[in-house]
Amino acid sequence: MGHDEHESGDMNIRAIVLATFVAVVVGVVPGRDAEPAERIEVRIGTEGAYPPFNYTDEGGELKGFDIDIANALCEAMQVECKFVTSAWNSIIPGLLRKKYDAIIASMSITEQRKLIVDFTDKYYQTGGHFVAKKGSAVEISREGLRGKVIGTQRSTTHQEYLLDNFQDVATVKIYDTQEHVNLDLFSGRLDAALADTLVLLEWVKRDAPDFELVGQPISDPKWYGDGIGIAVRKEDTDLRDRFNKALAQILADGTYQKINYKYFPFNIY
Amino acid sequence: MFDLHGYGPSILEGSWLTVQLALASLAIAIVLGMVAALAKLSKSPIGRGIAGGYTTVVRGIPELVLMLLLFFGGQLVINYLAAEVIGYEEYIDIDPFTAGVATIGFIYGAYMAETFRGAILAVHSGQLEAGAAYGMNKWQVFHRILLPQMIRFALPGFGNNWLVLLKATALVSIIGLDDVLRKAALAAGATRLPFTFYLTVGVVYLVLTTVSIILLQWADRHYSAGVRRA
Amino acid sequence: MDFSIISDNIGLYLNGLVITVELVVTALVLGLMIAVPLALMRTSRNPFIWGPVWLFIYVFRGTPLLVQLYVIYYGFGQFAAVRESFLWPYLKEAYVCALIAFALNTAAYTAEILRGAIEATFHGEVEAAKACGMSRSMMLRRIILPSAFRRALPAYSNEVIFMLHGSAIASVITILDITGVARLINSRFYSPYEAFIAAALFYMALTFLIVWGFKLWEKRWHAHLHPRQQ
Repeated sequence: MGHDEHESGDMNIRAIVLATFVAVVVGVVPGRDAEPAERIEVRIGTEGAYPPFNYTDEGGELKGFDIDIANALCEAMQVECKFVTSAWNSIIPGLLRKKYDAIIASMSITEQRKLIVDFTDKYYQTGGHFVAKKGSAVEISREGLRGKVIGTQRSTTHQEYLLDNFQDVATVKIYDTQEHVNLDLFSGRLDAALADTLVLLEWVKRDAPDFELVGQPISDPKWYGDGIGIAVRKEDTDLRDRFNKALAQILADGTYQKINYKYFPFNIY
Repeated sequence: MFDLHGYGPSILEGSWLTVQLALASLAIAIVLGMVAALAKLSKSPIGRGIAGGYTTVVRGIPELVLMLLLFFGGQLVINYLAAEVIGYEEYIDIDPFTAGVATIGFIYGAYMAETFRGAILAVHSGQLEAGAAYGMNKWQVFHRILLPQMIRFALPGFGNNWLVLLKATALVSIIGLDDVLRKAALAAGATRLPFTFYLTVGVVYLVLTTVSIILLQWADRHYSAGVRRA
Repeated sequence: MDFSIISDNIGLYLNGLVITVELVVTALVLGLMIAVPLALMRTSRNPFIWGPVWLFIYVFRGTPLLVQLYVIYYGFGQFAAVRESFLWPYLKEAYVCALIAFALNTAAYTAEILRGAIEATFHGEVEAAKACGMSRSMMLRRIILPSAFRRALPAYSNEVIFMLHGSAIASVITILDITGVARLINSRFYSPYEAFIAAALFYMALTFLIVWGFKLWEKRWHAHLHPRQQ
């Protein structure tokens, strides 16, 4: 009633506000101090020329399945992701020289690579597939490809697969970039080419409707390893474990599936 | 046939990168070439030996092989040296552009060294002696007497080396640099018109070499002022 | 460094060596055969004759070999007319395309070298030949060309070395020459040093062979220029 009542009412409100404020500060500020200590930076190496997994759009920004998975994993690990691009044929050397701490660039887990780096669990599975002009009736077998000319990109698992399996019956040609493989497919110098199934599906849809995937999907673990994984340096066992935990988490909570179906109409895990 | 299907800006961007790459490499080549030329002409057998080894080895190997070797191996060497010599453990990031510039500059430094060496020898030694007689120190003799006169003799070889360097920049597309040739390959793949785009790249280089030749002819006239022609 | 990778694959390298040598020698021979008539046409006074030749030389010397190779290999494959012609079984082959590109390229450079040498023929010799009543073709055959080749030797030796080094580019269109083999080994075993140093050694050996060969040749052809043996 009157001034005094008003004042004591104010005091109460002020007390409550002050108490709340203190509680928030005490609760949040230490939390703020603790968070930056957790938010270390993890540098991720990627190529940027492998749509739809990792590519740069017209504005120069990195986009793609690999990028989205990387961001999701970093979120789950509560770290800051920074992307570093590298040409494909120096991407592992870059990791070893600490240019970045992990490679998320659709790299297949293979025995040969395991000699120099460590891999996390797979984050998707894919294989190779042959592609040829529609109606060319190329039969994918050692006999069917006898005397034919087949091509693929340098430094890929496909290269190893072709050389190990077909070098003695067919002419195997190795190109620097997938664009050059495509150009020779268009001109007919190549009867067929071997490349990643998912990449080919995208390419045939967008640029080459007169081509089709032929034969069976190839995912022989001897060449294609145990899926696609994240490469880390051998001594970074703790980083690898954190990635594995984060991967399990996004698989369980639906984040992975959301990203998967954003790009592909089927499950690629 | 010259419809670039919208890839014009991309080709221009690549061309600009090529020009920058060439000019930056030229700067490195000039510096390395001068140092090596002086080393080769010096009294020190170590200097002569290292410079001699440098020019012989670099000019005995194809640029592409040297480029691949330096690109794949160079980063390792630099980081190893930095760690051992300075104790700098962190990775020294070398992006493809820097790698390309360092490689091309290193290669053409060897060719420039030979050109400069010939040009230095062509300057009459009497001029240098006169400079020393006047009490000029080595640096003054070099930059007031040797250098201005040397330029005239070096120009033909220098011009030639520049043109070769300019064309060699095309090789960086092989180590993944986004130069005009890589842009052309991407455009060619997307449009199925390799002839159009590779021809365009040819035209770009032709323009660059023509401009260079015009500038070099001007420089030749300028630096030969007052010289009697045979 | 583990050089056993190289020794295990030495067969591949030797194959590559054979391909490199074959490619370079064939390209040089073809190029020389084209260059002689081109050089003569260049010295003509008729602009309809020297004009097109000048343009050819200008374009081939003003653009990178890699671009020329891409235009011929990927570019020509773009045209259905080419693919359906009788030429396709040949143009389909990477080796043939490389040969064409290299031969045309060296023809342009060699034609320039020869032209310079022809024009430097001592005028007195030409006058004397005319005074003897020699026809133009006899003059060319007996007097001008022999002495021109002699003069062109040092510059031509450089051109041969440049062609050898340029041939490394063939690896870019899937040819397994020395460089092609080195890149294959590097991509299979992640061993850039071993692979490319081995390639470099092969090229250096070939370069020294060429230099030594030309030195011998010059000794014979320039015997008349040497100081008298006492």
